[in-house]
Amino acid sequence: MKFSTREDLPCTETAPRHRPFSSGRILAIASNTLTELIRLRVFYALLVFALLLIGSSIFMAQLSFQQEFQILKDVALGAMSIFTSVLAIVATARLIPQDLEDRTVYTILARPVPRLEYVVGKIVGVLALLGISILVMSVAFVLVMYGREQAVVRVTLRQMAGAPPDQVADALRAIRASAFNVNLFPGILIVYLKACLLAALTLFVSTFASTNIFTIVVMAFVYFISHLEATAREYWLQEHGSGLVTRIFLALVALLFPDLQEFNLVDDIVAGTAVSLGLFLKTAALGVFYITIYTLLAAWVFYGKEL
Amino acid sequence: MTRIAGALAILIAFGAIKLPIEHSLDAQRRREHFAGVQFNLDLREKIGQLGFVAALSGFRAIVADALFIQAFTAWERTEWGRILLLFRHITTLQPRVLLFWDTAAWQMAWNASVAAMNDLRQPRLALRVRAQREYFALGRDFLERGIRNNPDRPELYEALARLYKEKYRDHARAAEYYAKAAALPGAASFDRRFAAYELSYCEGREREAYQQLRQLYDEGPQQRLPTLIARLKFLEKRLGIPPRQRIPEERTAPGQQTP
Repeated sequence: MKFSTREDLPCTETAPRHRPFSSGRILAIASNTLTELIRLRVFYALLVFALLLIGSSIFMAQLSFQQEFQILKDVALGAMSIFTSVLAIVATARLIPQDLEDRTVYTILARPVPRLEYVVGKIVGVLALLGISILVMSVAFVLVMYGREQAVVRVTLRQMAGAPPDQVADALRAIRASAFNVNLFPGILIVYLKACLLAALTLFVSTFASTNIFTIVVMAFVYFISHLEATAREYWLQEHGSGLVTRIFLALVALLFPDLQEFNLVDDIVAGTAVSLGLFLKTAALGVFYITIYTLLAAWVFYGKEL
Repeated sequence: MTRIAGALAILIAFGAIKLPIEHSLDAQRRREHFAGVQFNLDLREKIGQLGFVAALSGFRAIVADALFIQAFTAWERTEWGRILLLFRHITTLQPRVLLFWDTAAWQMAWNASVAAMNDLRQPRLALRVRAQREYFALGRDFLERGIRNNPDRPELYEALARLYKEKYRDHARAAEYYAKAAALPGAASFDRRFAAYELSYCEGREREAYQQLRQLYDEGPQQRLPTLIARLKFLEKRLGIPPRQRIPEERTAPGQQTP
């Protein structure tokens, strides 16, 4: 049997119905965003980061093992924090302006893709990129720490040959306590959440910014102010004897900006403070709350944008 | 423009929701020793503008490490005043890092004090001794402040006990701090022994020291180290313990070392 025209086809299968919200479409946008971002030479930066770690460990070998591990952890986790924060801001700031410039956004939105899905897809792509980055950096960090720990253990065992076993055990315990410990993982996760929060906030700013430079500059200020939010909040709530204008200013800072100091747990974790599950979960929940709010607000502003 | 204003209004509304959450989280952080650092003008004056900005941006650990490395350079040049200043900045930035408190105290009480005592530019012995004791006090101050910031960790109690023992020859205080260290979780196995050793040097507290040492001795061979046996025998003679209650002579294992 031959069908001469499209209309002649038997109507056994209906065309898939358009769904108002599709995770498939979000994933497609997210994977495209991720591919686009990976081409940003981000892995060259990761290579530099890894070299920085290795270089710093060789440099620090002249200090005692406790000092060496302390500085190594501080530098590595600080570098993770700096790198992911910068990456989150720079990568996200260019997403919407770049799509507008390339006219990709028109191609996407001309199809039945709601703007919310477009914005969510974009942020998921950035979060995936940040996830990959933090994972690669964590692996490099663990490898460097493990290598240094083994080297220090070997030297200590050689130096303590003939010492009583309990003294050797104490020395090895001290080395292992100074080197990597599992408490660092929640710290790394919080660093990731902080970067995700910054990405969501950057996306929100970029929905009404005219250029990505403007977004980056605004975000640089937001970054510093957000680290001072806790101070502003405390001053505002403690009712210091300041004027009305100052109090309004402090209230605005406290209400408008996220408290990024809440996400700086890693300094104290490196110092040996164990993070409790309750504190970790509350901090993570606060991070997710911020990410959700900023993403929804970004979508709302983007809905009103004339394209 | 209306949407942007609306978005800001929504942000402020959500700000009112997040405010108590942040406030309670902040309180929990302080309870769990994630106190961080107080950003004020005093800190700004201490660490300079760049350091302050970096510390403000969540990189206080890196700033503290950079200052720590500077302190090492200052040590190589024996610039004790600069070392003191740098360690005050470092410990302000990172009050939870024991290493910094411990190193600061060691630099002051052990290195700077010896340098002050051997300072040939100062011919008067009395002034050299005074300078030495000032450095002891600076070392003690670092450790006491370190303990106030880290009351749950045994290491600084140990360091303070060591300082009282070696620099002040104050065995009662040394015993007190070794005992405090021993009572904390994660304390070294030698803390209890050291507390008893120090107590055994204190006039009038021999009976108390004897009881502690004997209790340790009775715990088993792992505690019967040469110093413990020597101090126990000394106290047995001093207190006139009856021969039947004394520890046997042959218990001293040959080749064992004092920890």
